[in-house]
Amino acid sequence: MSTLVIAEHDNNNLKGSTLNTVAAATQLGVDIHILVAGSDCESVVAECQQVDGVSKIIHSNDPLYLNQIAEDVSALVVSLSADYSNILAPATTFGKNLMPRVAAKLDTQQISDIISVESADTFKRPIYAGSCIATVKSNDALKVITVRSTAFDAVTQNSADVEVINVNPLDSLNISQFVSEEIAESDRPELTAADIIISGGRGMQSGENFHLLDSIADKLGAAVGASRAAVDAGFVPNDYQVGQTGKIVAPDLYIAVGISGAIQHLAGMKDSKVIVAINKDEDAPIFQVADYGLVADLFNALPELDSQL
Amino acid sequence: MKILVPIKRVVDYNVKVRPLGDNSNVDLNNVKMSVNPFCEIALEEAVRIKESGKASEVIAITIGKTESQEQLRTALALGADRAILVESDSLLEPLGLAKVLAKVVNDESPDLVILGKQAIDGDNNQTGQMLGAILDLPQATNASELNIEDGTVSVTREIDGGLQTLKLTTPAIVTTDLRLNEPRYASLPNIMKAKKKELKVIPLVDTGVDASPRTELLKVELPEARAAGIMVDSVDQLVDKLKNEAKVIS
Repeated sequence: MSTLVIAEHDNNNLKGSTLNTVAAATQLGVDIHILVAGSDCESVVAECQQVDGVSKIIHSNDPLYLNQIAEDVSALVVSLSADYSNILAPATTFGKNLMPRVAAKLDTQQISDIISVESADTFKRPIYAGSCIATVKSNDALKVITVRSTAFDAVTQNSADVEVINVNPLDSLNISQFVSEEIAESDRPELTAADIIISGGRGMQSGENFHLLDSIADKLGAAVGASRAAVDAGFVPNDYQVGQTGKIVAPDLYIAVGISGAIQHLAGMKDSKVIVAINKDEDAPIFQVADYGLVADLFNALPELDSQL
Repeated sequence: MKILVPIKRVVDYNVKVRPLGDNSNVDLNNVKMSVNPFCEIALEEAVRIKESGKASEVIAITIGKTESQEQLRTALALGADRAILVESDSLLEPLGLAKVLAKVVNDESPDLVILGKQAIDGDNNQTGQMLGAILDLPQATNASELNIEDGTVSVTREIDGGLQTLKLTTPAIVTTDLRLNEPRYASLPNIMKAKKKELKVIPLVDTGVDASPRTELLKVELPEARAAGIMVDSVDQLVDKLKNEAKVIS
Protein backbone atom coordinates (compact mmCIF):
# COMPACT_ATOMS: atom_id res chain seq x y z
CA MET A 1 0.00 0.00 0.00
CA SER A 2 1.14 3.52 -0.77
CA THR A 3 0.48 7.13 0.09
CA LEU A 4 -1.32 9.43 -2.34
CA VAL A 5 -0.58 13.16 -2.12
CA ILE A 6 -3.04 15.47 -3.88
CA ALA A 7 -1.14 18.21 -5.71
CA GLU A 8 -2.30 21.78 -5.18
CA HIS A 9 -1.72 23.85 -8.31
CA ASP A 10 -3.25 26.46 -10.64
CA ASN A 11 -2.69 24.43 -13.85
CA ASN A 12 0.56 26.37 -14.45
CA ASN A 13 2.57 26.01 -11.27
CA LEU A 14 2.73 23.53 -8.42
CA LYS A 15 1.98 25.22 -5.08
CA GLY A 16 4.76 24.96 -2.49
CA SER A 17 2.31 23.50 0.03
CA THR A 18 2.42 20.26 -1.97
CA LEU A 19 6.15 19.90 -1.23
CA ASN A 20 5.51 20.30 2.51
CA THR A 21 2.78 17.67 2.26
CA VAL A 22 5.17 15.25 0.52
CA ALA A 23 7.58 15.86 3.42
CA ALA A 24 4.90 14.70 5.87
CA ALA A 25 4.13 11.74 3.59
CA THR A 26 7.80 10.70 3.62
CA GLN A 27 7.51 10.07 7.35
CA LEU A 28 4.76 7.49 6.79
CA GLY A 29 7.36 5.16 5.30
CA VAL A 30 5.58 3.81 2.21
CA ASP A 31 5.77 4.66 -1.51
CA ILE A 32 4.47 8.11 -2.41
CA HIS A 33 2.42 8.94 -5.49
CA ILE A 34 1.20 12.41 -6.45
CA LEU A 35 -2.17 13.00 -8.10
CA VAL A 36 -2.30 15.90 -10.54
CA ALA A 37 -5.91 16.53 -11.57
CA GLY A 38 -6.21 19.56 -13.80
CA SER A 39 -6.66 20.92 -17.29
CA ASP A 40 -3.69 21.37 -19.64
CA CYS A 41 -1.37 21.28 -16.67
CA GLU A 42 1.63 19.49 -18.19
CA SER A 43 4.00 21.99 -16.57
CA VAL A 44 2.66 20.95 -13.16
CA VAL A 45 3.12 17.27 -14.01
CA ALA A 46 6.71 18.03 -15.07
CA GLU A 47 7.36 19.80 -11.76
CA CYS A 48 5.93 16.87 -9.81
CA GLN A 49 8.21 14.48 -11.70
CA GLN A 50 11.21 16.18 -10.06
CA VAL A 51 9.92 15.92 -6.49
CA ASP A 52 12.24 13.85 -4.32
CA GLY A 53 10.82 10.78 -2.61
CA VAL A 54 7.99 10.30 -5.11
CA SER A 55 7.73 7.10 -7.19
CA LYS A 56 4.78 7.77 -9.48
CA ILE A 57 2.62 10.61 -10.81
CA ILE A 58 -1.06 9.95 -11.43
CA HIS A 59 -2.41 12.44 -13.92
CA SER A 60 -5.95 13.15 -15.03
CA ASN A 61 -6.25 15.86 -17.64
CA ASP A 62 -9.72 17.24 -18.31
CA PRO A 63 -11.46 20.65 -18.35
CA LEU A 64 -13.65 19.22 -15.58
CA TYR A 65 -10.70 19.62 -13.20
CA LEU A 66 -9.74 23.15 -14.30
CA ASN A 67 -11.13 24.86 -11.20
CA GLN A 68 -10.64 22.05 -8.67
CA ILE A 69 -14.36 21.72 -7.94
CA ALA A 70 -14.43 19.60 -4.76
CA GLU A 71 -17.36 17.44 -5.83
CA ASP A 72 -15.59 16.30 -9.01
CA VAL A 73 -12.02 16.06 -7.73
CA SER A 74 -13.09 14.12 -4.63
CA ALA A 75 -14.93 11.60 -6.81
CA LEU A 76 -11.71 11.05 -8.79
CA VAL A 77 -9.66 10.59 -5.61
CA VAL A 78 -12.20 8.12 -4.23
CA SER A 79 -12.05 6.12 -7.48
CA LEU A 80 -8.28 5.74 -7.04
CA SER A 81 -8.34 5.03 -3.29
CA ALA A 82 -8.21 1.21 -3.36
CA ASP A 83 -4.43 1.28 -3.87
CA TYR A 84 -3.68 3.53 -0.93
CA SER A 85 -3.36 3.38 2.84
CA ASN A 86 -2.91 7.15 3.21
CA ILE A 87 -4.31 10.11 1.29
CA LEU A 88 -2.78 13.50 2.08
CA ALA A 89 -3.36 17.09 0.97
CA PRO A 90 -2.18 20.46 2.27
CA ALA A 91 -4.40 22.04 4.95
CA THR A 92 -4.94 25.09 2.74
CA THR A 93 -8.33 26.34 1.54
CA PHE A 94 -7.92 23.82 -1.30
CA GLY A 95 -7.27 20.81 0.92
CA LYS A 96 -9.81 21.80 3.56
CA ASN A 97 -12.48 22.08 0.90
CA LEU A 98 -11.66 18.78 -0.80
CA MET A 99 -10.51 16.22 1.75
CA PRO A 100 -13.52 15.84 4.09
CA ARG A 101 -15.56 14.84 1.02
CA VAL A 102 -12.99 12.15 0.24
CA ALA A 103 -12.93 10.97 3.87
CA ALA A 104 -16.71 10.76 4.24
CA LYS A 105 -17.10 8.85 0.97
CA LEU A 106 -14.54 6.35 2.22
CA ASP A 107 -16.13 6.21 5.69
CA THR A 108 -12.96 7.50 7.36
CA GLN A 109 -12.53 10.10 10.09
CA GLN A 110 -10.13 12.66 8.62
CA ILE A 111 -7.23 13.93 10.72
CA SER A 112 -7.01 17.68 10.01
CA ASP A 113 -4.04 20.00 10.05
CA ILE A 114 -1.32 17.68 11.41
CA ILE A 115 1.90 19.27 12.65
CA SER A 116 3.84 16.05 13.28
CA VAL A 117 3.82 12.37 12.39
CA GLU A 118 4.42 10.34 15.56
CA SER A 119 3.93 6.95 13.90
CA ALA A 120 1.98 5.49 10.97
CA ASP A 121 -1.32 6.02 12.83
CA THR A 122 -0.59 8.74 15.39
CA PHE A 123 -0.33 12.45 14.73
CA LYS A 124 -0.14 15.78 16.56
CA ARG A 125 -2.48 18.62 15.68
CA PRO A 126 -3.38 21.97 17.21
CA ILE A 127 -6.82 22.41 18.80
CA TYR A 128 -8.57 25.42 20.37
CA ALA A 129 -6.83 27.90 18.05
CA GLY A 130 -3.46 26.45 18.95
CA SER A 131 -3.92 26.83 22.71
CA CYS A 132 -3.32 23.09 23.05
CA ILE A 133 -1.71 20.35 20.99
CA ALA A 134 -3.58 17.04 20.75
CA THR A 135 -1.95 13.68 20.02
CA VAL A 136 -4.50 11.66 18.06
CA LYS A 137 -4.45 7.99 17.01
CA SER A 138 -6.50 6.97 13.97
CA ASN A 139 -8.09 3.51 14.04
CA ASP A 140 -9.29 3.70 10.44
CA ALA A 141 -7.47 1.41 7.99
CA LEU A 142 -7.25 4.26 5.48
CA LYS A 143 -5.91 7.57 6.76
CA VAL A 144 -7.17 10.79 5.20
CA ILE A 145 -4.99 13.65 6.41
CA THR A 146 -4.48 17.37 5.82
CA VAL A 147 -1.03 18.75 6.58
CA ARG A 148 -0.13 22.12 8.06
CA SER A 149 2.49 23.24 5.54
CA THR A 150 4.49 25.38 7.96
CA ALA A 151 5.20 22.39 10.22
CA PHE A 152 7.14 20.40 7.59
CA ASP A 153 10.18 21.56 5.59
CA ALA A 154 9.52 21.29 1.86
CA VAL A 155 11.16 18.38 0.05
CA THR A 156 13.59 19.21 -2.75
CA GLN A 157 13.00 18.76 -6.49
CA ASN A 158 16.12 17.01 -7.81
CA SER A 159 14.60 13.72 -8.85
CA ALA A 160 15.02 12.17 -12.28
CA ASP A 161 11.71 12.15 -14.15
CA VAL A 162 9.43 9.67 -12.42
CA GLU A 163 6.83 7.68 -14.28
CA VAL A 164 3.48 9.30 -15.16
CA ILE A 165 0.29 7.21 -15.30
CA ASN A 166 -2.65 8.84 -17.07
CA VAL A 167 -6.11 8.09 -15.75
CA ASN A 168 -9.40 8.90 -17.41
CA PRO A 169 -11.58 11.62 -15.93
CA LEU A 170 -14.96 10.68 -14.45
CA ASP A 171 -18.29 12.12 -15.55
CA SER A 172 -19.19 15.42 -13.92
CA LEU A 173 -21.70 15.33 -11.09
CA ASN A 174 -23.08 18.60 -12.50
CA ILE A 175 -24.21 19.90 -9.13
CA SER A 176 -21.65 22.68 -8.69
CA GLN A 177 -20.77 25.07 -11.46
CA PHE A 178 -17.79 27.45 -11.53
CA VAL A 179 -18.89 31.03 -12.25
CA SER A 180 -15.87 33.27 -11.70
CA GLU A 181 -12.71 33.88 -9.78
CA GLU A 182 -11.04 37.10 -8.68
CA ILE A 183 -7.45 36.66 -7.62
CA ALA A 184 -5.96 39.82 -6.15
CA GLU A 185 -3.12 41.03 -8.38
CA SER A 186 -0.05 41.97 -6.46
CA ASP A 187 3.65 42.38 -7.14
CA ARG A 188 4.33 41.22 -3.62
CA PRO A 189 4.77 37.57 -2.63
CA GLU A 190 1.77 35.59 -1.39
CA LEU A 191 1.44 35.51 2.39
CA THR A 192 1.97 31.78 2.73
CA ALA A 193 5.03 31.84 0.44
CA ALA A 194 6.75 35.04 1.68
CA ASP A 195 10.13 35.01 3.47
CA ILE A 196 9.24 38.24 5.26
CA ILE A 197 5.80 39.40 6.42
CA ILE A 198 4.82 42.71 7.97
CA SER A 199 1.36 42.68 9.55
CA GLY A 200 -0.81 45.40 11.01
CA GLY A 201 -3.45 45.19 13.72
CA ARG A 202 -6.15 47.36 15.20
CA GLY A 203 -3.40 49.79 16.24
CA MET A 204 -3.09 50.84 12.58
CA GLN A 205 -6.38 52.75 13.17
CA SER A 206 -7.46 52.77 9.51
CA GLY A 207 -7.04 51.00 6.18
CA GLU A 208 -5.27 54.06 4.77
CA ASN A 209 -2.54 53.78 7.38
CA PHE A 210 -1.59 50.39 5.93
CA HIS A 211 0.39 52.34 3.30
CA LEU A 212 2.97 52.79 6.06
CA LEU A 213 3.45 49.00 5.90
CA ASP A 214 3.30 48.84 2.08
CA SER A 215 6.34 51.01 1.66
CA ILE A 216 8.42 48.91 4.10
CA ALA A 217 7.13 45.70 2.50
CA ASP A 218 8.29 46.91 -0.92
CA LYS A 219 11.79 47.58 0.38
CA LEU A 220 12.02 44.18 2.10
CA GLY A 221 10.26 42.17 -0.63
CA ALA A 222 7.75 41.28 2.06
CA ALA A 223 4.06 40.35 2.06
CA VAL A 224 1.57 42.45 4.03
CA GLY A 225 -0.72 40.72 6.52
CA ALA A 226 -3.21 41.71 9.22
CA SER A 227 -4.74 40.49 12.43
CA ARG A 228 -8.37 39.42 12.63
CA ALA A 229 -9.09 42.62 14.59
CA ALA A 230 -7.90 44.71 11.62
CA VAL A 231 -10.02 42.63 9.24
CA ASP A 232 -13.08 42.83 11.50
CA ALA A 233 -12.59 46.60 11.71
CA GLY A 234 -12.75 46.71 7.89
CA PHE A 235 -9.19 48.08 7.40
CA VAL A 236 -8.18 45.34 4.93
CA PRO A 237 -9.77 42.35 3.15
CA ASN A 238 -9.99 38.94 4.81
CA ASP A 239 -7.31 37.41 2.59
CA TYR A 240 -4.78 39.49 4.57
CA GLN A 241 -5.73 37.66 7.75
CA VAL A 242 -3.04 35.74 9.61
CA GLY A 243 -4.34 33.50 12.38
CA GLN A 244 -6.21 30.33 13.20
CA THR A 245 -9.21 31.45 11.15
CA GLY A 246 -7.02 32.97 8.44
CA LYS A 247 -3.67 31.97 7.01
CA ILE A 248 -1.02 30.00 8.89
CA VAL A 249 2.42 31.42 8.10
CA ALA A 250 6.01 30.76 9.17
CA PRO A 251 8.32 33.22 7.38
CA ASP A 252 11.97 33.91 8.28
CA LEU A 253 10.92 37.30 9.65
CA TYR A 254 7.48 38.34 10.92
CA ILE A 255 6.97 41.96 11.94
CA ALA A 256 3.80 42.55 13.98
CA VAL A 257 2.80 46.20 14.15
CA GLY A 258 0.02 47.43 16.42
CA ILE A 259 -1.08 43.83 17.05
CA SER A 260 -1.86 42.96 20.66
CA GLY A 261 -1.29 39.22 20.19
CA ALA A 262 -4.62 37.44 20.69
CA ILE A 263 -4.19 33.65 20.84
CA GLN A 264 -5.97 33.28 17.53
CA HIS A 265 -3.35 35.51 15.85
CA LEU A 266 -0.40 33.83 17.59
CA ALA A 267 -1.68 30.45 16.36
CA GLY A 268 -1.13 31.68 12.81
CA MET A 269 2.42 33.06 13.08
CA LYS A 270 4.28 31.79 16.12
CA ASP A 271 6.31 29.29 14.11
CA SER A 272 8.02 32.19 12.30
CA LYS A 273 11.81 32.05 12.68
CA VAL A 274 12.24 35.62 13.95
CA ILE A 275 9.36 37.69 15.35
CA VAL A 276 9.47 41.45 15.82
CA ALA A 277 6.72 43.25 17.73
CA ILE A 278 6.13 46.99 17.65
CA ASN A 279 3.42 48.11 20.03
CA LYS A 280 2.91 51.09 22.30
CA ASP A 281 1.41 48.91 25.06
CA GLU A 282 4.33 47.28 26.87
CA ASP A 283 1.99 44.67 28.38
CA ALA A 284 0.72 43.44 24.99
CA PRO A 285 0.92 39.61 24.85
CA ILE A 286 2.64 39.80 21.45
CA PHE A 287 5.88 40.67 23.30
CA GLN A 288 5.85 37.21 24.94
CA VAL A 289 6.47 35.53 21.59
CA ALA A 290 8.68 38.26 20.09
CA ASP A 291 12.43 37.81 19.63
CA TYR A 292 12.76 41.60 19.41
CA GLY A 293 10.23 43.90 21.01
CA LEU A 294 10.00 47.66 20.60
CA VAL A 295 7.63 49.68 22.75
CA ALA A 296 6.85 52.65 20.54
CA ASP A 297 4.11 54.58 18.79
CA LEU A 298 3.91 52.90 15.39
CA PHE A 299 3.25 56.24 13.69
CA ASN A 300 6.76 57.31 14.73
CA ALA A 301 8.46 53.94 14.46
CA LEU A 302 7.27 52.96 10.97
CA PRO A 303 8.52 56.07 9.10
CA GLU A 304 11.82 55.75 10.96
CA LEU A 305 12.11 52.05 10.04
CA ASP A 306 11.22 52.91 6.45
CA SER A 307 13.99 55.51 6.24
CA GLN A 308 16.60 53.09 7.58
CA LEU A 309 15.99 50.31 5.08
CA MET B 1 -37.59 27.25 1.14
CA LYS B 2 -36.57 25.52 4.34
CA ILE B 3 -33.14 26.09 5.90
CA LEU B 4 -31.41 23.78 8.39
CA VAL B 5 -28.68 25.29 10.56
CA PRO B 6 -26.53 22.86 12.55
CA ILE B 7 -24.92 24.60 15.53
CA LYS B 8 -22.35 23.48 18.09
CA ARG B 9 -21.94 24.13 21.80
CA VAL B 10 -18.30 25.05 22.39
CA VAL B 11 -16.11 26.74 24.97
CA ASP B 12 -16.68 30.48 24.77
CA TYR B 13 -14.41 32.38 22.40
CA ASN B 14 -12.86 34.37 25.27
CA VAL B 15 -11.86 31.41 27.46
CA LYS B 16 -8.19 30.42 27.41
CA VAL B 17 -8.26 26.63 27.31
CA ARG B 18 -5.64 24.58 29.14
CA PRO B 19 -4.89 20.84 29.38
CA LEU B 20 -6.04 18.83 32.40
CA GLY B 21 -3.36 18.03 34.98
CA ASP B 22 -2.99 14.47 33.65
CA ASN B 23 -2.91 15.66 30.01
CA SER B 24 -5.81 13.36 29.13
CA ASN B 25 -7.93 16.13 27.61
CA VAL B 26 -8.59 19.87 27.83
CA ASP B 27 -9.93 21.19 31.12
CA LEU B 28 -13.60 22.03 30.57
CA ASN B 29 -14.56 22.25 34.24
CA ASN B 30 -16.55 25.39 35.03
CA VAL B 31 -15.83 27.14 31.74
CA LYS B 32 -18.38 29.29 29.95
CA MET B 33 -19.99 27.57 26.95
CA SER B 34 -21.47 29.38 23.93
CA VAL B 35 -22.68 28.88 20.39
CA ASN B 36 -19.66 28.41 18.09
CA PRO B 37 -19.08 31.87 16.47
CA PHE B 38 -19.11 30.51 12.90
CA CYS B 39 -22.45 28.81 13.65
CA GLU B 40 -23.84 32.19 14.78
CA ILE B 41 -22.90 33.59 11.38
CA ALA B 42 -24.65 30.62 9.71
CA LEU B 43 -27.80 31.18 11.76
CA GLU B 44 -27.76 34.92 11.09
CA GLU B 45 -27.57 34.28 7.34
CA ALA B 46 -30.50 31.85 7.49
CA VAL B 47 -32.61 34.30 9.50
CA ARG B 48 -31.80 37.12 7.05
CA ILE B 49 -32.85 34.93 4.11
CA LYS B 50 -36.13 34.26 5.89
CA GLU B 51 -36.60 37.97 6.67
CA SER B 52 -36.06 38.77 2.98
CA GLY B 53 -39.01 36.52 2.19
CA LYS B 54 -36.98 33.83 0.45
CA ALA B 55 -37.34 31.18 3.15
CA SER B 56 -40.31 30.02 5.16
CA GLU B 57 -38.65 28.16 8.01
CA VAL B 58 -35.30 28.05 9.83
CA ILE B 59 -34.55 24.95 11.90
CA ALA B 60 -31.61 24.86 14.32
CA ILE B 61 -30.14 21.49 15.20
CA THR B 62 -27.37 20.30 17.45
CA ILE B 63 -25.99 16.92 18.44
CA GLY B 64 -24.71 16.74 21.97
CA LYS B 65 -25.44 16.57 25.67
CA THR B 66 -28.65 17.73 27.38
CA GLU B 67 -26.95 21.04 28.23
CA SER B 68 -26.81 21.88 24.50
CA GLN B 69 -30.47 22.90 24.86
CA GLU B 70 -29.10 26.23 26.16
CA GLN B 71 -27.44 26.91 22.79
CA LEU B 72 -30.59 25.84 20.93
CA ARG B 73 -32.62 28.30 23.03
CA THR B 74 -30.12 30.99 22.01
CA ALA B 75 -30.64 29.99 18.37
CA LEU B 76 -34.40 30.23 18.84
CA ALA B 77 -34.00 33.68 20.39
CA LEU B 78 -31.90 34.73 17.40
CA GLY B 79 -34.66 33.80 14.97
CA ALA B 80 -34.80 30.03 14.41
CA ASP B 81 -38.42 28.80 14.25
CA ARG B 82 -37.85 25.44 15.91
CA ALA B 83 -34.99 23.34 17.20
CA ILE B 84 -33.87 19.72 17.34
CA LEU B 85 -31.45 18.18 19.83
CA VAL B 86 -30.08 14.77 18.95
CA GLU B 87 -29.02 13.81 22.42
CA SER B 88 -25.78 11.96 23.02
CA ASP B 89 -23.67 11.67 26.16
CA SER B 90 -20.47 11.41 24.20
CA LEU B 91 -19.14 14.08 21.87
CA LEU B 92 -19.18 12.90 18.28
CA GLU B 93 -16.43 13.24 15.69
CA PRO B 94 -17.17 15.18 12.48
CA LEU B 95 -17.88 11.97 10.51
CA GLY B 96 -20.42 10.86 13.12
CA LEU B 97 -21.96 14.33 13.23
CA ALA B 98 -22.27 14.36 9.43
CA LYS B 99 -23.96 10.95 9.44
CA VAL B 100 -26.53 12.07 12.01
CA LEU B 101 -27.11 15.33 10.12
CA ALA B 102 -27.57 13.36 6.88
CA LYS B 103 -30.33 11.37 8.58
CA VAL B 104 -32.03 14.59 9.72
CA VAL B 105 -31.68 16.15 6.26
CA ASN B 106 -33.41 13.09 4.80
CA ASP B 107 -36.25 13.46 7.32
CA GLU B 108 -36.66 17.25 7.08
CA SER B 109 -35.77 17.82 3.39
CA PRO B 110 -34.32 21.34 3.72
CA ASP B 111 -33.38 23.21 0.52
CA LEU B 112 -30.30 24.67 2.14
CA VAL B 113 -28.04 23.64 5.03
CA ILE B 114 -25.83 26.44 6.37
CA LEU B 115 -23.05 25.55 8.80
CA GLY B 116 -20.02 27.28 10.31
CA LYS B 117 -16.81 26.46 8.44
CA GLN B 118 -15.25 25.10 11.61
CA ALA B 119 -15.89 24.81 15.33
CA ILE B 120 -13.40 26.65 17.51
CA ASP B 121 -12.81 23.62 19.75
CA GLY B 122 -11.55 20.90 17.41
CA ASP B 123 -10.79 23.28 14.50
CA ASN B 124 -11.48 20.36 12.14
CA ASN B 125 -13.31 22.14 9.29
CA GLN B 126 -14.95 18.89 8.08
CA THR B 127 -18.62 18.47 8.99
CA GLY B 128 -20.22 20.49 6.17
CA GLN B 129 -18.12 18.92 3.43
CA MET B 130 -18.72 15.43 4.86
CA LEU B 131 -22.46 16.04 4.93
CA GLY B 132 -22.28 17.07 1.27
CA ALA B 133 -20.39 13.91 0.37
CA ILE B 134 -22.72 11.55 2.23
CA LEU B 135 -25.78 13.05 0.55
CA ASP B 136 -24.10 13.70 -2.83
CA LEU B 137 -25.06 17.35 -2.49
CA PRO B 138 -23.02 20.32 -3.74
CA GLN B 139 -21.01 22.42 -1.30
CA ALA B 140 -19.62 25.92 -1.06
CA THR B 141 -17.23 26.39 1.86
CA ASN B 142 -15.90 29.67 3.33
CA ALA B 143 -18.84 31.69 2.03
CA SER B 144 -18.56 35.48 2.10
CA GLU B 145 -21.70 36.13 0.03
CA LEU B 146 -24.80 34.04 -0.62
CA ASN B 147 -27.60 34.72 -3.10
CA ILE B 148 -30.70 32.61 -3.50
CA GLU B 149 -31.87 32.32 -7.09
CA ASP B 150 -34.52 30.19 -8.69
CA GLY B 151 -33.57 26.60 -7.82
CA THR B 152 -29.91 27.52 -7.37
CA VAL B 153 -27.67 29.22 -4.83
CA SER B 154 -24.85 31.47 -5.89
CA VAL B 155 -22.04 31.62 -3.34
CA THR B 156 -18.86 33.68 -3.27
CA ARG B 157 -16.10 31.85 -1.39
CA GLU B 158 -12.94 33.12 0.26
CA ILE B 159 -10.06 31.22 -1.31
CA ASP B 160 -6.30 31.69 -0.95
CA GLY B 161 -5.46 34.97 -2.69
CA GLY B 162 -8.98 36.02 -3.60
CA LEU B 163 -12.59 35.08 -4.20
CA GLN B 164 -14.35 32.34 -6.17
CA THR B 165 -18.02 32.27 -7.13
CA LEU B 166 -19.91 28.99 -7.56
CA LYS B 167 -23.46 28.24 -8.58
CA LEU B 168 -24.96 25.22 -6.80
CA THR B 169 -28.13 23.27 -7.44
CA THR B 170 -30.38 22.90 -4.38
CA PRO B 171 -30.47 21.28 -1.92
CA ALA B 172 -27.00 22.63 -1.16
CA ILE B 173 -24.51 22.81 1.70
CA VAL B 174 -22.89 26.15 2.54
CA THR B 175 -20.27 26.82 5.22
CA THR B 176 -19.67 30.33 6.49
CA ASP B 177 -16.56 32.49 6.76
CA LEU B 178 -16.14 35.56 8.93
CA ARG B 179 -17.20 38.25 6.52
CA LEU B 180 -20.56 36.80 5.49
CA ASN B 181 -22.42 38.92 8.03
CA GLU B 182 -22.31 40.34 11.53
CA PRO B 183 -24.63 38.35 13.81
CA ARG B 184 -27.23 40.20 15.86
CA TYR B 185 -27.70 39.99 19.61
CA ALA B 186 -30.82 38.37 21.04
CA SER B 187 -33.30 40.89 22.45
CA LEU B 188 -34.98 40.25 25.79
CA PRO B 189 -38.49 39.85 24.27
CA ASN B 190 -37.07 37.36 21.76
CA ILE B 191 -35.33 35.43 24.55
CA MET B 192 -38.71 35.20 26.34
CA LYS B 193 -40.49 34.13 23.13
CA ALA B 194 -37.83 31.50 22.46
CA LYS B 195 -38.87 29.64 25.60
CA LYS B 196 -42.19 28.82 23.98
CA LYS B 197 -40.79 27.63 20.65
CA GLU B 198 -40.62 23.91 19.85
CA LEU B 199 -37.45 22.09 20.91
CA LYS B 200 -37.60 18.41 20.02
CA VAL B 201 -35.20 15.97 21.71
CA ILE B 202 -34.29 12.78 19.86
CA PRO B 203 -31.99 10.23 21.55
CA LEU B 204 -29.03 9.40 19.30
CA VAL B 205 -29.90 5.67 19.40
CA ASP B 206 -33.32 6.43 17.86
CA THR B 207 -31.63 7.77 14.71
CA GLY B 208 -30.13 4.32 14.06
CA VAL B 209 -26.84 5.97 13.07
CA ASP B 210 -23.55 4.31 14.04
CA ALA B 211 -21.48 7.29 15.13
CA SER B 212 -18.88 5.38 17.14
CA PRO B 213 -15.46 7.05 17.35
CA ARG B 214 -12.68 6.25 14.89
CA THR B 215 -9.88 8.06 16.68
CA GLU B 216 -8.40 8.06 20.18
CA LEU B 217 -7.19 11.16 21.95
CA LEU B 218 -3.89 10.06 23.51
CA LYS B 219 -2.66 13.32 24.98
CA VAL B 220 -3.35 17.05 25.20
CA GLU B 221 -0.47 19.36 26.05
CA LEU B 222 0.52 23.01 25.84
CA PRO B 223 2.40 24.04 22.71
CA GLU B 224 6.14 24.55 23.08
CA ALA B 225 6.87 28.03 24.37
CA ARG B 226 9.20 30.24 22.37
CA ALA B 227 12.49 31.21 24.00
CA ALA B 228 12.28 34.64 25.63
CA GLY B 229 13.27 37.52 23.38
CA ILE B 230 14.75 40.90 24.17
CA MET B 231 13.37 44.44 24.20
CA VAL B 232 15.14 47.02 22.08
CA ASP B 233 15.13 50.75 22.82
CA SER B 234 15.00 52.21 19.35
CA VAL B 235 14.39 51.58 15.68
CA ASP B 236 18.18 51.96 15.18
CA GLN B 237 18.87 49.12 17.55
CA LEU B 238 16.10 46.99 16.00
CA VAL B 239 17.50 47.37 12.48
CA ASP B 240 21.01 46.61 13.79
CA LYS B 241 19.80 43.41 15.50
CA LEU B 242 17.88 42.25 12.41
CA LYS B 243 20.90 42.85 10.16
CA ASN B 244 23.75 41.67 12.34
CA GLU B 245 22.35 39.29 14.96
CA ALA B 246 19.32 37.58 13.37
CA LYS B 247 20.68 38.22 9.83
CA VAL B 248 17.16 38.22 8.36
CA ILE B 249 17.51 41.49 6.44
CA SER B 250 20.47 42.87 4.53
